[in-house]
Amino acid sequence: MRISYREAMRQALHEALANDPRVFLMGEDVGRYGGTYAVSKGFYDEFGPERIRDTPLSELGFVGAGIGAALGGMRPIVEVMTVNFSLLALDQIVNSAALLRHMSGGQVSVPLVIRMATGAGRQLAAQHSHSLENWYAHIPGIRVLAPATIADARGMLGPALADPDPVVIFEHAQLYNMEDDLRDEPNEDWACDIEHAAIRRPGSQLSLITYGGSLPKALDAAAELARDGIDVEVVDLRVLRPLDTATIAESVSRTHRAVIVDEGWRSGSLAAEVMARIVERCFYDLDAPPLRVCSEEVPIPYAKHMEDAALPQAAKIVAAVREVLNV
Amino acid sequence: MNATGRKAKAGSGMSERPFTHQLLADMLRIRRMEEKCAELYGAQKIRGFLHLYIGEEACATGAMHALDADDNVVATYREHGHALLRGVPMDAIMAEMFGKAAGCSRGRGGSMHLFDVARRFYGGNAIVGGGLPLAVGLALADRMLGIRRLTACFFGEGAVAEGAFHEGMNLAALWRLPVLFLCENNLYAMGTALDRSESQTELCVKAASYKVPTLKVDGMDVLAVHEGTRRAAQQVRGEGGPFFVEFRTFRFRAHSMFDPELYRGKAEVEEWKKRGPIHSFSAQLKAAGELTEDGFLELDAEAEAEVAAAVAFAEAAPWEPVEDLLRDVTTPGAMR
Repeated sequence: MRISYREAMRQALHEALANDPRVFLMGEDVGRYGGTYAVSKGFYDEFGPERIRDTPLSELGFVGAGIGAALGGMRPIVEVMTVNFSLLALDQIVNSAALLRHMSGGQVSVPLVIRMATGAGRQLAAQHSHSLENWYAHIPGIRVLAPATIADARGMLGPALADPDPVVIFEHAQLYNMEDDLRDEPNEDWACDIEHAAIRRPGSQLSLITYGGSLPKALDAAAELARDGIDVEVVDLRVLRPLDTATIAESVSRTHRAVIVDEGWRSGSLAAEVMARIVERCFYDLDAPPLRVCSEEVPIPYAKHMEDAALPQAAKIVAAVREVLNV
Repeated sequence: MNATGRKAKAGSGMSERPFTHQLLADMLRIRRMEEKCAELYGAQKIRGFLHLYIGEEACATGAMHALDADDNVVATYREHGHALLRGVPMDAIMAEMFGKAAGCSRGRGGSMHLFDVARRFYGGNAIVGGGLPLAVGLALADRMLGIRRLTACFFGEGAVAEGAFHEGMNLAALWRLPVLFLCENNLYAMGTALDRSESQTELCVKAASYKVPTLKVDGMDVLAVHEGTRRAAQQVRGEGGPFFVEFRTFRFRAHSMFDPELYRGKAEVEEWKKRGPIHSFSAQLKAAGELTEDGFLELDAEAEAEVAAAVAFAEAAPWEPVEDLLRDVTTPGAMR
């Protein structure tokens, strides 16, 4: 069955709403409008305004209300339109959702799922093009997911809702129209693991480690390199917190080389954390210093050629791989 | 409900007594507990921030007695009294102040983060205004689950400058949620007087702009607080929508133990102290022939004894082993 990332996400949401009366979707334009990225199209009529709850433009307020509703026994899915606007809700996510369990000495869990679109690449300019996944991945108390395949878009939401603690799901805006085959023989509920990284393309000469919207670019780069006889492994982090260090280390210990691709800015990036773990765990296995391909240290420009230049691209990834391999 | 006909709460460890005496007793319990906390802070038994409620006891006391045991309560970092009157044992509060594992938040929260979810006390929140959206969400969950209870949300007047106040007020009103907003206006947000921080100092006007019904109450008068809260709660339960109550009150002590109080004059503090909630209420009861000096001393001695026992409990309680450091970041048993 060939479906889009958007459709996979829509099916996952529909299933969650149909199966559990405690689940509800809340956010800006999720209802009558059908969702900014059309993920919840038709839900308002099917599930009604209580469960497909349109909110005012009050990110701090409705994310906090989602946390309260989770404390009160519901299973809210809060859609913050994009990571850019999530900055207005950062206080509630960091100071309430992530901390309440610990500050209360383990008395509460916050079973909340927060979804948001992320990333650049559509000429939306500086304020609508952030990739701040690493900010969230820095915080103990929350799980951070980055579905980058159709199967993960379909399968991550169920386990995220079953997690008793807050889960933040980043959906790269460039992925919504991506289409792929969803496996024909699904397990009962499509649920997938939300603990481990995945090897998307096995290879022997270098580990190309990435996540989210950069995965298709990394796979393109690997395919191009393969045409020149260079065999690269592509690792999809999938879970940005807690990071699956074991899978990263196993891959790099085998290939002895690593390039990390991350749409975040290089300084303080998730790529920096991955590289630090590689150095800690695999230093004596490395045949060359690892490299990073990140966004350039500039606000994302509007002009197409400038935006392209600011972001990781397959050509930059190919160049970085060749540099590490010295070929 | 006939207030004077009410008896002491079960579990308070006190004999049945007139409601007015219970109000006085509870204000004394908060006062004596906090005076002891200040002393223990000086002795370095209690560390970190310690925000005392001394002078404001009528607010928590009158309001808590107007709530049902099943209601949700969300409070601020000045919440020792609210926790106590919610039924959190003083032993557990004091142990939390000491940072002991026997504390009501297992020593992980401290003075600003007292929690007791079994009593539906959802914490001391130390981000000003941070509790309002949480209260809205708790009320939303109750609505969606068909549970008839209200959520009481305490906050100071400093919170009205935060976006969370306006967003929370709007959501509660827009969705007609049963939230009882209880604003303890002690006139100073840390060191900044209300009229130096707000263009509109009539807080009820702000709430009313969201079509939330309001009531302004003398927060130094425990009976007025009780009656005002009771009426507001009744309306919330009846009509389902939110209500905003402003208590005019005053804190007699500094904002925290680090505050040298350079921003207000001694005369102003002394003037408010004349209206201190404990001595004015006990004087009122004595004048009405409802309380004797011996009766007052008896209540006070009971409070002192409870405090002494709580301190002994906290002193004797063991420290949590450091090996448990990473506990309670995430929920055990979850797949991770």
